[in-house]
Amino acid sequence: MPANWLSPADLSALWLSVKLATVTVIALLSIAIPLAWWLARTRWRLRPALESVIAMPLILPPTVLGFYLLLFLGPTGWGGQFMIAIGEQPLAFSFAGLVIGSMIYSLPFAVQPLQATFQAIDKNVIEAAATLRAKSLDRFFSIILPLSRRGLLTAAVLTFAHTLGEFGVLLMIGGNMPGRTQVASIAIYSHVEAMDYPAAHALSITMLVLSFVLLLLVFMFNRRFKIVALTG
Amino acid sequence: MSIDIKLAFTRADFTLDLDISLSSTSVTAVFGRSGSGKTTLLRCIAGLERGHGEVTVNGEAWQSTTEFLPVHQRALGYVFQQGNLFPHLSVGANLLYGFKRIPEQQRTIPLDEAITLLGLDGLLNRMPHQLSGGQQQRVAIARALLSSPRLLLLDEPLSNLDDESKNEILTYIEQLNRNLSLPIIYVSHSASEVTRLADDIVLLEEGRVVASGVINALLTNPELPLAYRDDASAVLSGTVTAIDSQFDLSTVDVGGSGKKIFIARSNIKIGYTIRIQIYARDVSLALVRPEQSSIQNILPGSIVSINDTDEAAQVLIKLNIGGQHSEQDSELRPKQHPEQHCLARITRRAATTLNLQPGTDVFLQIKTIAVIENYH
Repeated sequence: MPANWLSPADLSALWLSVKLATVTVIALLSIAIPLAWWLARTRWRLRPALESVIAMPLILPPTVLGFYLLLFLGPTGWGGQFMIAIGEQPLAFSFAGLVIGSMIYSLPFAVQPLQATFQAIDKNVIEAAATLRAKSLDRFFSIILPLSRRGLLTAAVLTFAHTLGEFGVLLMIGGNMPGRTQVASIAIYSHVEAMDYPAAHALSITMLVLSFVLLLLVFMFNRRFKIVALTG
Repeated sequence: MSIDIKLAFTRADFTLDLDISLSSTSVTAVFGRSGSGKTTLLRCIAGLERGHGEVTVNGEAWQSTTEFLPVHQRALGYVFQQGNLFPHLSVGANLLYGFKRIPEQQRTIPLDEAITLLGLDGLLNRMPHQLSGGQQQRVAIARALLSSPRLLLLDEPLSNLDDESKNEILTYIEQLNRNLSLPIIYVSHSASEVTRLADDIVLLEEGRVVASGVINALLTNPELPLAYRDDASAVLSGTVTAIDSQFDLSTVDVGGSGKKIFIARSNIKIGYTIRIQIYARDVSLALVRPEQSSIQNILPGSIVSINDTDEAAQVLIKLNIGGQHSEQDSELRPKQHPEQHCLARITRRAATTLNLQPGTDVFLQIKTIAVIENYH
């Protein structure tokens, strides 16, 4: 094993990947939970259209998604223009840009398992809570969320893992700036391009072990965990 | 005080439209076939469905033309057909769910009392899926009570249970109304549950009230289908006046009739009020008092009405117990009970042979009297 198993640049890429995945999980769940709850209950006529939009990242080439995000978040896009208008930098090529890209890219991986879980909750049990004086937000936190534990876990794990493995979207909107927007998957690609196979290997095996440990923990904590809820 | 309900609710091919006033001390049974709107009525009272109209409980408007209190602001307890226990919470935590959401000074029943009342002592640490159907319903009832309701709504709570659990839970429900003086609205399509529990009945058919009132007035009303059922009966109350230990019989004064009947029941005391049921098929009639008969319960009475039944050979006779014209004046009739009516189902041939007419004085021979409840 070489002394410089992981270079400082690789370590920082790895750290950026984990940080990005963690922030994305938190930010995405806080949007996906209410969205999935609403989708699970609404009788809105256009629900299928919205569901299709949410599922788009499943079939769209990541580069297509990344390309439009780049246009949108760049200095000439609406998003970029908005940031400039409020006196900030456009989000393209920044960590915040990576988070937005990751959230959109992983949206179906969070919404679909949550929606399936919410739909499976017995409506009568929620009514029982209402007759026992629980207000709607109270019911949500005391009954609905605890009964959705597995859906929440699935959504979080899928989002985390999916973000760790993200490549095309991030390359498009984040570029490949070591220390700022270069995540592990992009660093591996750079090593391979530079024919530095040992470095690519070191980073790859680290990612592999990391992913395995993550799944192992989840399966140990929740024996009935299965990544099946994707089709809602 | 009363519970006043005026509701119109329409959905797809079903309409509920009624205007009733219920006693705020009684057990009121809402009785009707499935699809008659019983559950919908209960859900509208609870606010789980929104109909047009007004719901007022003891002066408090739960729904008016301008206002609609959300479910969680209504002081009600609701027991569903299936217990609807929270599957992620233990029995104890289920019980506490409503309890801890009521401010301490507004609680009407202590935790221990509800646990004892429904016999849940050994179950507190179990999870709902470890309970039998009957146990789940007992937990559901206790959970509802612990939210300190001013009105308890029971939606066919026994329909998924075996007979033994049914009987057990009926006993618990009987105690509730008496011990907690809590008005109960009990939805059921089972005549035996209704005759056992109800003080009053609301008879529902296709979303409309066909009749409502004191249980025995409805059971013995020849205008209503209840009187023509195979298990048609009268439900009367009486006071135990004597206990004969030699023959193991107790004497009961049937309501205000001043008439005594014998019942075979040992676990009662003098002074108890009991509820008895007399089936129409168990009553036969005679014009003179039969002197040498094995039937011990022979009461004077008079015929109120005679009606044809579905079976051409039989007629339905409504009777007034103790109401013989010759005796009426000499009897001191206590006022605390309403007139006591009961039914007899006899052959048309017998009615013709005896020349029975409305007003005819007769003797009722009652073969069996069922005691369906002890009030202590």
